[in-house]
Amino acid sequence: MTTGLIFDIKKFSVHDGPGIRTTVFFKGCPLRCQWCHNPESQRLGRERLIRTERCIRCGACLAACEQEAISWVDGQPVTDDGRCILCGACVAECHAGAREIAGRRMTVGEVMAEVERDIAFYDESGGGVTFSGGEPLMQPEFLGALLQASRDRGIHTALDTCGHAPWPVLDAVRRVVDLFLYDIKIMDETRHRQFTGVSNDLILKNLEALSALGSRIVVRVPVIPGINDDEDNLRRLAAYVAALPHVEGLALLPYHATATAKYERLGLAYSLREVRPPPDGRMEALGQMLQAHGLEVTIGG
Amino acid sequence: MATSERVARLRQESLAAVPTISTERAELMTAFYQQDRGLVSAPVRRALSFQYLMEQRTIYIGAGELIVGEKGPAPKATPTYPELCCHSLADLDILNSREKISFAVSPQARRVYENQIIPFWQGRSMRDLIFGQMTGAWRAAYDAGVFTEFMEQRSPGHTVLDDKIYYRGMLDFQQEIARNLEQLDYLGDAKAYAKEQQLKAMDIVAGALIRFAERHAEHARARAAEEKDSRRRAELERIAAVCERVPAHAPRDFWEALQYYWFVHLGVTLELNPWDAFSPGKLDQHLYPFYQAGLESGTLTREAAEELLQCLWIKFNNQPAPPKVGVTAAESSTYTDFAQINTGGVRPDGSDAVNEVTYLILDVVEEMRLLQPSASIQVSKKNPDRFVKRAARIIRTGYGQPSVFNSDLIVQELVRMGKSVDDARCGGSSGCIEVGAFGKENFNLTGYFNLVKVLELTLHNGVDPRSGRRIGLETGAAEQFDTFEALFVAYRQQLTYLIDTKVRGNNVIERLYATFMPVPFLSLLIDDCIANGRDYHDGGARYNTTYIQGVGLGTMADALTAIKYHVYDQGTLRMADLLAVLADDFEGHERVRQMLLNRTPRYGNDDDYADGVMRRVFEAYLDAVDGRPNTKGGTYRINMLPTTCHVYFGSVIGATPDGRRAGTPLSEGISPVQGADQRGPTAVIRSAAKMDHVRTGGTLLNQKFTPQLLKDETDLDNLVHLVRTYFKLDGHHIQFNVVDAETLRAAQRNPEQYRDLIVRVAGYSDYFCDLGPALQEEIIARTEHNAF
Repeated sequence: MTTGLIFDIKKFSVHDGPGIRTTVFFKGCPLRCQWCHNPESQRLGRERLIRTERCIRCGACLAACEQEAISWVDGQPVTDDGRCILCGACVAECHAGAREIAGRRMTVGEVMAEVERDIAFYDESGGGVTFSGGEPLMQPEFLGALLQASRDRGIHTALDTCGHAPWPVLDAVRRVVDLFLYDIKIMDETRHRQFTGVSNDLILKNLEALSALGSRIVVRVPVIPGINDDEDNLRRLAAYVAALPHVEGLALLPYHATATAKYERLGLAYSLREVRPPPDGRMEALGQMLQAHGLEVTIGG
Repeated sequence: MATSERVARLRQESLAAVPTISTERAELMTAFYQQDRGLVSAPVRRALSFQYLMEQRTIYIGAGELIVGEKGPAPKATPTYPELCCHSLADLDILNSREKISFAVSPQARRVYENQIIPFWQGRSMRDLIFGQMTGAWRAAYDAGVFTEFMEQRSPGHTVLDDKIYYRGMLDFQQEIARNLEQLDYLGDAKAYAKEQQLKAMDIVAGALIRFAERHAEHARARAAEEKDSRRRAELERIAAVCERVPAHAPRDFWEALQYYWFVHLGVTLELNPWDAFSPGKLDQHLYPFYQAGLESGTLTREAAEELLQCLWIKFNNQPAPPKVGVTAAESSTYTDFAQINTGGVRPDGSDAVNEVTYLILDVVEEMRLLQPSASIQVSKKNPDRFVKRAARIIRTGYGQPSVFNSDLIVQELVRMGKSVDDARCGGSSGCIEVGAFGKENFNLTGYFNLVKVLELTLHNGVDPRSGRRIGLETGAAEQFDTFEALFVAYRQQLTYLIDTKVRGNNVIERLYATFMPVPFLSLLIDDCIANGRDYHDGGARYNTTYIQGVGLGTMADALTAIKYHVYDQGTLRMADLLAVLADDFEGHERVRQMLLNRTPRYGNDDDYADGVMRRVFEAYLDAVDGRPNTKGGTYRINMLPTTCHVYFGSVIGATPDGRRAGTPLSEGISPVQGADQRGPTAVIRSAAKMDHVRTGGTLLNQKFTPQLLKDETDLDNLVHLVRTYFKLDGHHIQFNVVDAETLRAAQRNPEQYRDLIVRVAGYSDYFCDLGPALQEEIIARTEHNAF
């Protein structure tokens, strides 16, 4: 049975494709964007999340842990990464919901059962399912099976991707993707490598190929102040997209400073603490600038 | 669209007016009843009292007003109804001094009560009569908070007008009455004399309303003669002409139509103090012919029509709900009197009813932002999306209006309850969310029923743990129930017994109103009271429905789910331990409480386990009530709404198995427990749609959205889609609060700066700062759906 690692399924998702959608978040991503707002999506493996604000200091996790990985420090349970084997015994006993394991292995049937629940909403709104992450293309077989299952049930599919995957992987799924939400961040190769950890070479080549083959594509650009919102990058990006044979629109996604708490729960450092969301009017101004390239530009999903 | 200087001023005056107690009506009714009229039948006596009131009371026409008439001698001067409920001096002092929903009582008013009203009515009002007739079992359940009783301070009403006044004057009604009097069959019909008395009473009150309007005309003429400003003089003369025309004759234009309705509204709400005031129903359909004709003939403009509607809105807002005390004040703690104006839906022939006046009314709703009247949209699948989207734009501004109803489902509900298709299509929602066939039905809400208290009694073998008193049956100790089914059987036994107790009381109270408090004026307006020669309170209406409103469905679903899941299915908690934890109100058992909150399936998440339990709770309640006969030839039905009663009911219940602490509010309407719904609005809608709304007389679903979720056009479209989908799944009603918790917290800290903040409570909107602290907290605790 095909299974995959999913970290969340969100309903009433209204900014990831048309209509009312359900977004399925895959775990694992080849990029390490410094602004990533889903840090729990990055590693292709289960990991521990701790919400200290929910902890009621009952000590049940200590009692449950056979690895003796948890101990009291300053009145709080603290976990030793070296000992924790992510068995989840503490999570089962944490009634307050302070401890969680991000990443759940699910079958295609389990995911589809969740997705199908909201069919009435998709039908009414022209919505459907969006596969996002993380990077869904990192689990190609599982993604392919979900896309095919959705198509079999007549559910519109969108794939939210960073585009960083071997072409055969993309080629294998593209026919069952109704809409690509294709992320482009930085045109300059060196800066792309600096801020995401990988070159943009493969990403752009894949986009060109997909576009040439007639896939429906909306290019999405997260606008991160001070990193990629400079006029030079955005103009280059717009010119590049405008030159592609087949792109339906360009969506500018304003940076949100909402991920700080998530980094804390994972015990990770967040390098963009100082970055603030674009000021009022900034996104609209950028949108107008890019429209000059003959693109359909929208702000937000 | 803009409001005129006149409207802006009248609106401001209405907002600024302080609700006061006016003793005028009480004095006049006392004077009337003090005169010995010998042996007079009850309907004629009530008719004569109405006539006396309409002839004697103060006429008020405010500066700049176009629509005239007030319930009291001035805006927000609120009349009392001592024949129903005679306030004691202590009641008056409470009304005067309580922090929320207060009414100023002048020393003069207090003296009038002390010297005239109380000596005459004390011990002789309907309230005294009602409580005197109730059994010990009823009293015990009432005192324990198992149910409330609507009729102990206010009369049955809960009805809505159809289109009949727009083509018939009071003189036409009198002619019909005369024909019916002529045709009475004194040889073959044993009820002929009773009918004669009822018809004579209706004739008297029709004449009394005409006289009341004439007095306004005289007043306006006299004012016009003194008026220096020529424009205002012309207006006063026009007012006089309108009041001479209506209600005696059918209205000929938009202005006359509105003024006619307003006189009728005053008639109904001065005759007695019926619940939910009175409503014009489908105002857009009723006014459209006058609007069209006015535009075509050039005698009306859109702006003039809008201003007249705004003037009507202000009139509604000038009338606070009758002052309530005791349990009734707790269950309905608001100045709102629940008049609800319907827009949209379908015409009697089933076609799309949205017209230009629909949009005009929605403009008025948005501009006026008043507490009263409440406005609703009736959404049929035949209505255009732009109608729903227009309403969504108002909802987005965060004022809780309009509420949104499923017009097609309401037709189904009414047909299931026995209405003809035509009558059902002329029906809609009134008050909060209840349905009826407008102009043809007596549909009374008779009290809230505390589902969660029944569970608490079941878990304590019929004894109320708060008082130690036996309230319910002895159905066995909870620890003895081996299975969930055994527990549920006991719950159903308690439920049936307590519904029996409530219904027995209701049936007596219905007879008391029929016998002692006929309402000939209201009867005039509701088919087929004239044809039947019977009073509205006595089964004269074509349809007669008695509702009992279930409260706490979400809390019940989660509490029972917790028991089923932890005690019976998983074995994680023994019943005895659960009861001990509840008795301690979770003190020292936080881990158990967290398990109940977070490790239990909960209603509102599209989880079939919890939703299945919700359905059983719903079905059990439906079975216990639905289909019982009332005393008016009609039937008992259920609906699911709380007004503010979920706060009162919560205050009389200890800790519950869903993790709720003692004394805190229950869930409201059919909404999930505050904070329990964690999977977004589509999951809530799917959960709520699992009950069979068709078999109710209305359900209430509240949703709270953060403003950012309704930011752009696409968001509004998605709100329309959400509503349409809920209605496709046969949901009855949905309403939205679009305000974030931060704003509400700020309003708690600085109420002075947020006096105008209006939020949706439960089937109506209210000023946030007028809500009690428990209700404020409850609204903040409702799950806030955010953008993902």
